[in-house]
Amino acid sequence: MIFAKPSSEKEAISLLNETSGMTRILSGGTDVLVQMKSGAIEPELIVDIKNIPGIKHIKAVSGGYEIGAAVSGSEFNNYPGLKDFTPGIAEAFDLIGSSQIQGRCTLAGNLCNASPAADTIPALSVSSCFAKIVGPNGFREDLVKNIPTAPGKNSLKKGEFIKSIIIPNRPDYSSDSYIRFTPRSEMDIAVVSAACFITLDKNQLIKDLKISLGAVASTVVHVDGLCDLVMDSKITDELLSKIAMICSSSCKPIDDKRGTIEFRSHVAGVLAKRAMILAHKRAGDKIEKIAR
Amino acid sequence: MDQITPKPIKNFKVIGTRPLRPDGIEKVTGKAIYGADLSAPNMLYGLLLRINEPHALIENIDISFAEKLPGVKSIVTFKDFIKINPNNKYNETLENCIANEKILYDGHAVAAVAAINLKVAKKAIKLIDVKFKKLPFVINIEDAMKKDAPIVAQGKKNENIPDGFSENVVQYCSFGHGNLEEGFSESEKIIKRTFKTPSVHQGYIEPHACLASMSNEGKADLWCCTQGHYNVRSICSNIFKIDNSQLKVTASEIGGGFGGKTTVFIEPIALALSLKSGCPVKIVMSREEVFKATGPTVSSLVDVKIGMKKTGKITAAEAIIRYEGGAFPNETYELGAQSAFAAYDLKSVKTEAYNVLTNRPAQAAYRAPGAPQAIYAVESIIDELCQYFNQDPLYVRILNAAHKGTKSSYGPTFDDIGLKATLEAAKNHPHYNTPLKENQGRGVSCGFWFNFGGNTCVSLNINFDGTVGVVEGNPDIGGSRSSISQMAAEELGISLDKVKTIIADTNSLGHNDVTDGSRVTFSVGLATIKAAKAAKNELCKRAAKLWGIDEDAVIWKDGYAYPAGANAGNQEPLSLEDIAKVSSQTGGPIAGHYEVNAENAGVSFGVHLVDVETDNETGHTKILRYTAFQDAGKAIHPSYVEGQMQGGSVQGIGWALNEEYIYNNEGKLQNPGFLDYRIPVASDLPMIDPVILEIPNPGHPYGVRGVGETSIVPPLAAINNAVSRATKIRFSELPLSPPKVLNAILSKQK
Repeated sequence: MIFAKPSSEKEAISLLNETSGMTRILSGGTDVLVQMKSGAIEPELIVDIKNIPGIKHIKAVSGGYEIGAAVSGSEFNNYPGLKDFTPGIAEAFDLIGSSQIQGRCTLAGNLCNASPAADTIPALSVSSCFAKIVGPNGFREDLVKNIPTAPGKNSLKKGEFIKSIIIPNRPDYSSDSYIRFTPRSEMDIAVVSAACFITLDKNQLIKDLKISLGAVASTVVHVDGLCDLVMDSKITDELLSKIAMICSSSCKPIDDKRGTIEFRSHVAGVLAKRAMILAHKRAGDKIEKIAR
Repeated sequence: MDQITPKPIKNFKVIGTRPLRPDGIEKVTGKAIYGADLSAPNMLYGLLLRINEPHALIENIDISFAEKLPGVKSIVTFKDFIKINPNNKYNETLENCIANEKILYDGHAVAAVAAINLKVAKKAIKLIDVKFKKLPFVINIEDAMKKDAPIVAQGKKNENIPDGFSENVVQYCSFGHGNLEEGFSESEKIIKRTFKTPSVHQGYIEPHACLASMSNEGKADLWCCTQGHYNVRSICSNIFKIDNSQLKVTASEIGGGFGGKTTVFIEPIALALSLKSGCPVKIVMSREEVFKATGPTVSSLVDVKIGMKKTGKITAAEAIIRYEGGAFPNETYELGAQSAFAAYDLKSVKTEAYNVLTNRPAQAAYRAPGAPQAIYAVESIIDELCQYFNQDPLYVRILNAAHKGTKSSYGPTFDDIGLKATLEAAKNHPHYNTPLKENQGRGVSCGFWFNFGGNTCVSLNINFDGTVGVVEGNPDIGGSRSSISQMAAEELGISLDKVKTIIADTNSLGHNDVTDGSRVTFSVGLATIKAAKAAKNELCKRAAKLWGIDEDAVIWKDGYAYPAGANAGNQEPLSLEDIAKVSSQTGGPIAGHYEVNAENAGVSFGVHLVDVETDNETGHTKILRYTAFQDAGKAIHPSYVEGQMQGGSVQGIGWALNEEYIYNNEGKLQNPGFLDYRIPVASDLPMIDPVILEIPNPGHPYGVRGVGETSIVPPLAAINNAVSRATKIRFSELPLSPPKVLNAILSKQK
């Protein structure tokens, strides 16, 4: 096994491209090291990307933010203004692991590890986030929701890696939220999770709604057709029940040690409803705040 | 934290105070030496080859390729042990460590390698070729008892087993008295239910680790993390057919045990690898190995039937207990049968218990082994009867509580016990009278444990500078070094900082039983007090010598020798230090010893109150408030007593809510790690509020009762009762995990 810590993108790309066996990117290492220790993977090459310039930066860009691939959970959550801008991504990121893990774990890592139960993937997806990817064929961008393809698998090609993640600008009266269900209060893995992004107009009428569900299929479920259903309506119990039902029936979960099909489907609806109430409240608060 | 003292027996100076723990700084700064921290020159690393099959016949183990790998120094299989001693009396213990003819559970070891490093050892393990034939397997009690079940092991069945079961039902017992039929006919309501509890693990943080060095001349040294190094010596010296005196076992600091470290898993393997290679061998288990191949507790299937009058009086009670503790016989079923109804004064009572073999790892003790499962069922039925008659659950328990003179359901007649006082303390506590909101429920349960005494040796040495060294032989898993030092200081009348207690190796004291049965503060404390008394006698003799008066004209009081009696004279009293300093001139060093097989440990009762809130949409249960009441006899170090009460409560809460061994339909364990084997984390829990009662145990000079185990017993039923009341659905299977609870809530809504 070779360990490399290149100081440029170019060098990293060529190392990754030229190694024939399994390669892994290391930033926080919170998945890679655990997988190596358990014997699940034996990479030929490990590329630590933390010496690449800019990879640990958080930048405000065109009304949104660019988050470097090696920015840790605690750096993200302590960055002024980020939590207010996207409370949903912030709470999803913050739920990963212990304080020690928070000092290491990254959004790009969570995304590339492609666990169906990953906390940040639903949250990034509903906010239409995208990844900036570099590789032997140059630079490209892709939506976060296109990156995981199956448990542990992603759509990155040979020699490619994620440089940063863009959280795009959002309309005035919008907000987001993320809720997961775990038997324990922390140090646990989502049995079901739901992220919601909502946009309102000044009169509290819904203009946009996105819900993504985690741990209920082999990849995150992005619930279709919600926008048409809710366009220009107000939030009501009836609407919430309908959304819960749609979300429950969008799931394709499995029975396993963490939960049954019935449990996951039912709770997905419950969490979708609760996430929507939370995001709606946050967006509504902005109407009041801006009016003042 | 409340302290209720019905009748203080003595004005103590050191006992009952809360000094800082003597081992604390070393532990939090990483200096303490645990099992895996030891190394020796030329040390090799041992690793076990484990087969992930629940049941298989071993046809061949080919080690020839692995042996040739450079860096491999020795490889052992069960055959090596047969060569050493074919008739050792711990064959079942050994066979649980390393498979003989059959693989008996998922993760059973079949061979072990010692190599110059772990990397080579890992490679070597992969080169061992094991040929085996898969056999039908059985995991659950119901399946294992059926007449046509796959047989786990032939020839283990006792003679007293009733007909109609498979050969997996190997042990049976029954206890009780009175006329059940008559008792039930006097009742106004009978409730009968079947209860299930899963297999759970102690979850100690330190995995098993040992370092062994053994030579061909039958001499061996073993360092290991264990609750009982004398027991390790007994087992290993028998397996290797060597004298007790030739195997010196030293216990390391221990990162938790809770009963799980009362036997051996890797120690004989490390010794065998060392014997064969001629080098010291270290083995450290991984967490996965700990879950798969150490000793979780029994799983249970228990029928309980209780008859009650509308006044709340119990007229008859009956339990049929079935425990499964893996592929080998064990005694836990009997403890279940004995403890089930111990809290009650009953005219007619009967318990029957069966032990059933399955393809799981052999169970080991876990804090009050066998009691939580049986008492869970009993206390749940009592709560249901209280609800049926609209009776106060604590009133009903007080009405039926065992007391001094009660003939217990398992035979003995109780002496002074603290159950009624404990129940009354719970009833009068503000917690019990706090109003509840919607979706909230309050649960109550009693708990019981026998407590043990046992073989114990203590040496107490008075140094020339007036300090005192206490030497005992029980690994300190719950703060015993501190309480032993406190008792020595109290008895000698000196300050605590003059006393240090250490745990000796197996050659430095006579035999000490394992640190289990909540026995150490009681037994070692008793022996320490008696050893201190012996030392005081000697100190008085030396003072008499210095004064030139009769021995019996000297008395010991508050750390000083005083002349006493009409003709003793008016000498200035001599302190312990004064006498110690000149002891070289009065006959040499001074020491006290005591050796005993301690009896009258005194049974222990506890009562727990819990408030929960259940989320009707997800089935999640939150613990809102938890108060534990327990009779400590006398709390030597109250913080440690509280710690035991809190720790046991938390383990019981984990058992009640989430912890379980999950097997798939191939008989393989699905959750051998702390992510999916969910012990509670701190943020899951409120502060567990401990209330200590002190009803002195007549069997101990200071009134001590063991407190380590009782606290794990009540949480199971207390939480079951609280969730049942919150959801208005009676639950009878643990854990009350969210999918299970939600399923019940949704089924009721349909």
